[in-house]
Amino acid sequence: MKILVPVKRVIDYNVKPRVKADGTGVDLANVKMSMNPFDEIAVEEAIRIKEAGKAEEIVAVSVGPAKAQDTLRTALAMGADRAILIETDAEIEPLAVAKILKAIVAEENPGLVILGKQAIDDDSNQTGQMLAALLGRPQGTFASKVEIDGDHVAVTREVDGGLETVKLALPAIVTTDLRLNEPRYASLPNIMKAKKKPLDVKTSADYGVDVAPRLKTLKVSEPPVRSAGVKVADVDALVAKLKELGVA
Amino acid sequence: MKTLVWVEHDNASIKDATLHTVTAAAKLGEVHLLVAGAGCRAAAEAAAKIAGVAKVHLADNAAYEHALAENVAPLIVELMGHHDAFLAPATTTGKNVAPRVAALLDVMQLSDILSVEGEKTFTRPIYAGNAIATVESSDAKLVITVRGTAFEKAAAEGGSAAIEDVAGAGDAGLSSFVGAELAKSERPELTSAKVIVSGGRALKDSETFEQVIMPLADKLGAAVGASRAAVDAGYVPNDYQVGQTGKIVAPEVYIAVGISGAIQHLAGMKDSKTIIAINKDEDAPIFQVADVGLVADLFTAVPELTGKL
Repeated sequence: MKILVPVKRVIDYNVKPRVKADGTGVDLANVKMSMNPFDEIAVEEAIRIKEAGKAEEIVAVSVGPAKAQDTLRTALAMGADRAILIETDAEIEPLAVAKILKAIVAEENPGLVILGKQAIDDDSNQTGQMLAALLGRPQGTFASKVEIDGDHVAVTREVDGGLETVKLALPAIVTTDLRLNEPRYASLPNIMKAKKKPLDVKTSADYGVDVAPRLKTLKVSEPPVRSAGVKVADVDALVAKLKELGVA
Repeated sequence: MKTLVWVEHDNASIKDATLHTVTAAAKLGEVHLLVAGAGCRAAAEAAAKIAGVAKVHLADNAAYEHALAENVAPLIVELMGHHDAFLAPATTTGKNVAPRVAALLDVMQLSDILSVEGEKTFTRPIYAGNAIATVESSDAKLVITVRGTAFEKAAAEGGSAAIEDVAGAGDAGLSSFVGAELAKSERPELTSAKVIVSGGRALKDSETFEQVIMPLADKLGAAVGASRAAVDAGYVPNDYQVGQTGKIVAPEVYIAVGISGAIQHLAGMKDSKTIIAINKDEDAPIFQVADVGLVADLFTAVPELTGKL
């Protein structure tokens, strides 16, 4: 079985994003970028499935600017076998990404596609579900456990009240939640080896996908700022505050 | 505009998330509800009583019992033939189903909206709530998930909508439900609680968490939350997690105990009306958003607080 792992280059999760003064977006110039944390978990899970002898090849794919090659090299250094970059400088919405991925799935025929549950920049949480819909295949979202058994995969999902397990017919689409695994660090020798692994560069036009955005961002603004609070000296003062608020 | 709202329920009663979503839907036009499940007529009857609802579509079929996206998405797409917008609460069920519906309709989804600005214009948080985007859809039909805490609850009584049975295609044959392990809690539900007491890594272990946080929560009739660090360390189950990747809450009072205030955590609770922080590190980022801060060792301060309430 082949596993396809879509990865996204996003602002590093430790960076506090700054809204541009003209309200057109978030300032990404000279900001540290990294692989979306949920995607690292997806790459790690694919590698673990391969290490367990249940997959032969892992293909990492990214839709984004030329610099997304760095993100793909990270996936290769972790253990992916080869990579595909669909190069574009435009901001591509989840629906368009799902359509591009559908075309790649048609070419590669993976048994499993593992994506992160959401990207920490647009916080959409859509691409995996949309890909599953377009392919007419089952989806196991917010996975905290993935077990392949013959032509099925059992996915334990993190849902609001706890955990839920579903059984999906392969090929299937899985999206990762934080607790699925602890992603490995790429070792220096593996980073060097990753430079020699194949990385194909293509464009969305190669797949005939219309990437025109359906949503227009009219403005991006700062969230409302909370007014400065007070520090109280001791527990008695805190009790008084709670009484004032009517909760005690 | 005619809207279709996904009703979150347990086949008998309706979850509060639905009521918030109805408020958002009412801003767009006539509100219809979809109750999909198995043996769920009681839920449909409760749904019909929600104020402002014009019609309830009831799809009662074993295939819909666990809201598997593969089975319910085609049903919703069918109903979208005569609705202009589909709204679901941004719960794990809504987030699972809605994008599948959107792709089948070939439209982009608007995730986790905070407000309705116009017929096709909405605001939504991006970058873990560090920015708010105002977006306008160009699609003919809208698919939206709604952040519950951003909209008031619709009144659960007062309506008298007609219930109409719908069939749907049933089981798509792609997936099946194996089982669930639901965390049992007698405390209020986290996302609808008025008061939340949340603990972080500083609680040391699950036993200490239990001893320090739970009595305070019980005294206040509060729900219990946790930071990701506390969940990862195994102090509490993961459905307690508040944050970008956990639950988004906005209670009247949020009490953060031993939580430093990382941006991923703040993303889940900074819309709380009053934030109270107890932390021994006076430079902890949580104090920048806290309305009331107490710099103290939680192991002495929290039991003292519980005792004095």
